[in-house]
Amino acid sequence: MEEHLKNSVTDGQEEYVLNIGPQHPSTHGVLRLVASLRGEIVTNIEPHIGYIHRGIEKMCESLTYPQIIHLTDRMDYLSAHINNEAVCLNVEKALEIDIPDRIKVIRTIMAELTRIQSHQLFWATFGMDLGGLTCFFYGLRDREKVLDIFEETCGGRMIVSYNCPGGLMHDIHPGFQKRVKEFIEYFRKTLPEYDQLLTGNVIFRERTMGIGKLTLGEAIAHGITGPTARASGFSCDVRKKEPYSAYDRIKFNEVLFTEGDTYHRYLVRMDEMRQSMDIIEQLIDNIPEGPYAVKMKPIIRLPEGEYYQRVETARGELGVYIISDGNKNPYRVKFRSPNFVNLSVLNMLSKGFKIADLIAISGSLDLIIPDIDR
Amino acid sequence: MSADNFNLEESIRSFDGDAIVTEGKQFTEITVHPEKLMALAMFLRDNSEMGFDFPACVSGVDYGNDLGVVYHLRSTKHNRTIVVKTRVSDRQNPVVESVTPIWPGAEYHEREIFDLFGIRFTNHPDLRRLFLDNSDGYPLRKDYSDDVNIVTK
Repeated sequence: MEEHLKNSVTDGQEEYVLNIGPQHPSTHGVLRLVASLRGEIVTNIEPHIGYIHRGIEKMCESLTYPQIIHLTDRMDYLSAHINNEAVCLNVEKALEIDIPDRIKVIRTIMAELTRIQSHQLFWATFGMDLGGLTCFFYGLRDREKVLDIFEETCGGRMIVSYNCPGGLMHDIHPGFQKRVKEFIEYFRKTLPEYDQLLTGNVIFRERTMGIGKLTLGEAIAHGITGPTARASGFSCDVRKKEPYSAYDRIKFNEVLFTEGDTYHRYLVRMDEMRQSMDIIEQLIDNIPEGPYAVKMKPIIRLPEGEYYQRVETARGELGVYIISDGNKNPYRVKFRSPNFVNLSVLNMLSKGFKIADLIAISGSLDLIIPDIDR
Repeated sequence: MSADNFNLEESIRSFDGDAIVTEGKQFTEITVHPEKLMALAMFLRDNSEMGFDFPACVSGVDYGNDLGVVYHLRSTKHNRTIVVKTRVSDRQNPVVESVTPIWPGAEYHEREIFDLFGIRFTNHPDLRRLFLDNSDGYPLRKDYSDDVNIVTK
């Protein structure tokens, strides 16, 4: 063999450092992974983040509570509605405002639609990461239908800003229920296509089963939440553990698996889409009459104190920690974002696997980079 | 609140007499001296009555004179949350011991606090700035000033 080939850095004898990102299709945003490799085997992953750090927490300190809501859209832009809800619930809890049932039900329906479209995009991009480009088209095709409902209802397609402290920006439009029901009927038919296309695919299963296992103990100790944790058997669904909005009055199952590998993280999200449709079906015909917003004071001041509210976004537990000193601006706001925590196990999960598996593992964590950087 | 919670406060008081245990609006809050943080953290995780194994959130707070770290911890067994607070008054060189050996999930949170508040965590496995690679100062401190990028009205 030629001398230079024998001493090639890719022969597995020497460590080779590969820079993935910040502009790389599989990182789904400006995430940079410095991967140390031995041949094809990953020995260490060092995530470099902060490329879109906007200092949202600092900005919150000089904004009023209704203004903060618009910043939360920009964290996890696929769970925008749920992020809004977290801040609103926290403000309403601090002010001890009773929210009418109509608002709770509409919020829950919108949150579950948000979850469905987020998981649709997960499915689309996860398939694409693993080489199935068809998934991307199918996923986006169906997601458009949810975004159309959002656009009709809120004016925005992704950055909805539909919640405000005390209720909603405006009422749902007269055709809302009909449109949602049409979507559910449509998506019940098209979701089996997803399974036919990807779930049963031999190549897909070979590339995901047994890859990147996260045990229950590791998930708890690392603070992992959301579908990633539920695939490892960690029952952490905030909708069940600490029901908010209308989740206490509906029946749904918390999707749990015990395997904890990439394939089961994928399966959790597939099943959650079905559960979300069940939730919407239970609520869509039972939207109570009533006001769509409670009348609030023009300037919202929270009583002095500390408030913590958590909600279940499409990716896990979002915690909003507000310290108020009685002014119209919060003294300190901390967003405990699910992606930030979930990223921390990427190194642990991908050690010892091949570089192609790294793409599958990071895809299955479903990272949204603006939520990590904030 | 409940009798269950009362036991919780009592047992923490009996473990560390100096810790201030108060019933907050939402959760039981413990204020502890930074030097006693590690011992309390071990107790909170390992004691079967406590079982706080899930590090939900670690936040840095600038209280004006003091810098503080707030830990939201949850017990997956008992499904309850507790808040642990600690404060350091030395703003030039604030040091708190890292709880990463106890809760690995605190690692990134502590790096974030180091980056934005400048609190150094001893025994942290990898304490480097997280978001802001080349910057002076700690932006989330209340006395941080940046004439170029922060517009004050």
